[in-house]
Amino acid sequence: MRALRFLLRKEYLQIFRDKTLLRMLFLIPVVQLLVLSNAATFEVRQSRLFVVDRDRSTMSRGAIDRLVASGRFERTAASVSIAAADAAMRERRVEMIVVIPEGFERGIVRDHRATVQLLLNAEDGSAAGVSQAYARQILSRYAADLGGSLTPPIVPGGAHAEAAPGRARGVLDVRTRGLFNAELNYKHYMVPGILIQLLTIIGTLLTAMNIVREKEAGTLEQLNVTPVSRPVFIAAKLIPLWTLAMLVLAIGLFIGWIAFGVPMRGSLLLVFFGGAIYLVVALGIGLWISTVVETQQQAMFVTFALLMIYLLMSGLFTPVNSMPPWAQVVADANPMRHEIELMRAVMLKGAGLADVARHLVVMAVSGVLVLTIAVRQYHKRSA
Amino acid sequence: MSDTGPVVLHEVRKTFGATVALESVSLTVRPGELFGLVGPDGGGKTTLFRILATLLVPDSGTATVLGRDVVRDLWDIRSRVGYMPGRFSLYPDLSVEENLRFFASVFGTSLERGYDLIKPIYQQIEPFRDRRAGQLSGGMKQKLALSCALVHRPDLLLLDEPTTGVDAVSRREFWDLLDTLQASGLTIVVSTPYMDEADRCDRVALMQQGRVLAIDAPSAIGALFPRPLFAVRGRPRTALLDALRALPTAASVHPFGEAFHYSDTRTALAPAQIAQDVLDALRARNLDGVDVTTIAPGIEDAFMALMGDAPGVPVGVPA
Repeated sequence: MRALRFLLRKEYLQIFRDKTLLRMLFLIPVVQLLVLSNAATFEVRQSRLFVVDRDRSTMSRGAIDRLVASGRFERTAASVSIAAADAAMRERRVEMIVVIPEGFERGIVRDHRATVQLLLNAEDGSAAGVSQAYARQILSRYAADLGGSLTPPIVPGGAHAEAAPGRARGVLDVRTRGLFNAELNYKHYMVPGILIQLLTIIGTLLTAMNIVREKEAGTLEQLNVTPVSRPVFIAAKLIPLWTLAMLVLAIGLFIGWIAFGVPMRGSLLLVFFGGAIYLVVALGIGLWISTVVETQQQAMFVTFALLMIYLLMSGLFTPVNSMPPWAQVVADANPMRHEIELMRAVMLKGAGLADVARHLVVMAVSGVLVLTIAVRQYHKRSA
Repeated sequence: MSDTGPVVLHEVRKTFGATVALESVSLTVRPGELFGLVGPDGGGKTTLFRILATLLVPDSGTATVLGRDVVRDLWDIRSRVGYMPGRFSLYPDLSVEENLRFFASVFGTSLERGYDLIKPIYQQIEPFRDRRAGQLSGGMKQKLALSCALVHRPDLLLLDEPTTGVDAVSRREFWDLLDTLQASGLTIVVSTPYMDEADRCDRVALMQQGRVLAIDAPSAIGALFPRPLFAVRGRPRTALLDALRALPTAASVHPFGEAFHYSDTRTALAPAQIAQDVLDALRARNLDGVDVTTIAPGIEDAFMALMGDAPGVPVGVPA
């Protein structure tokens, strides 16, 4: 324990001496949270719209006006020719075509029924899905305003997409997750996710780099000939970095609250408890990386390669439900996913300990597993 | 083979994949001795040190340090050995004093308790105690590293090429320090690629390609040279070298500083006779003003001979 105290003092001394590192540690979360939380959104604004209005009636113009007035769509071109609209989409000048056929107004007045066709470029499946959902909603509301009791009087026809059927199916999947809920505040939803992703990068990379730096400098070898045991060495490495990462978590939460008004409906203590357990996993992965690489450059590559998988399998940017079954199993074991869900549940829904127990258990198990593997690997490498 | 001594190696073998780093290495270091491992880079010196410092496990054979087995009793060994690896490996972002205090503390001691042992070395860098270790000059870094390796009062000091990359004056100073340390009763094992430094050791082991070629006092190793040896001086040097190599009875020709060391296959002949023969042969090739003198073989001559006169083998030549 005496040795641990001396090692810890040395680690803290080195960390607080590295002014660049400290600046990065506190600036990166601030900047990234502010930038990414605004940028990483599923919202679609100002989709370019090609209008094919063959009815040219008051009601057809009204429908177009509603679409444009929503701010979701921007009327960039208009023609009576479907071919011209198709060409515009092929040349990527528009994202959506709305076709209002002749007899639209008459249909509404006489039969309380009319058809509108929406054509979407579904190369970007999720954006197309969102646009389509917006358009449906706007048109339905318009129809409701027009026809009153007769809902839904306007049925948006086959929203056939330009891309392969597989893409189109993806659109449907996105819809089933209810991402298009207009009431959902994306920032409240994204901030916890981005914060955890940041925390993972910082925790994992910092640990890997810190230990590999000692390897590169030869000081690790120098320490290996001292009576310092491996567990003490590892503890002395992880404890300071863990406290540092917890501090970053606190800063991130504060920014989320100040800048985005992310609520804290549940217990702040529970959020920190989850973070504390999750960070053991993140740091453990960093430790493992440091045992399999020799240079800081290699550590960077391995960390980023791992984080990509980790991130894309977390459900932060890609819906887990649309993954193939095997990937869903992997995603389900991904501690990052559990931590993000825990954060969202506690912060946005006010979930309690019992509600997030499953997440905590998965994270704790991964933490123990990762640390065990890393420490074993460490022993093997430096035998 | 004696079983006692601060370092006892018996038939140690170590391989890295297909590369054989050490092959049946056996040697014993006596208490209080300044023992040198001498040989070219890639000779296995560093591997040997890493085994003694308990950083590597030998594939076969046994190695004991201070009477303890390097595999079984590594924790006993670690607290009693001071190891200074070839590469400067202290914390560049910590100051001189912080480094020293840190290494003292991990060995469970303090700078104050180890001070009198490291005093002759540490005094020289003490004026810079608040400077970051990364900003020290090469010679000062080396002194700091030595201080760090000594601060816990080890019973055995392992120094892996401590003078590589250090200027000539600092090298001499360093060896003077080793003499001082040895006088205090410390056993020291040191490696060097420089033959002139080998002369300052009590005994040396000549190592090449993982094998120990010879172990003896430096003077005795020179005597292992099997033939009479001559120093040949003259100009132009290239013509002289070609002429010497062309002699039918030439056994070995090596450049040594400004002279060539020449040995002859006719070992039965009197040295003076050989010298005269060589001189005549060179004159016949229009090389005048050439000087041939009989000399006593040094450790480097012996080393070259023991390596089997393999041409092109790099041997460290002091700057």
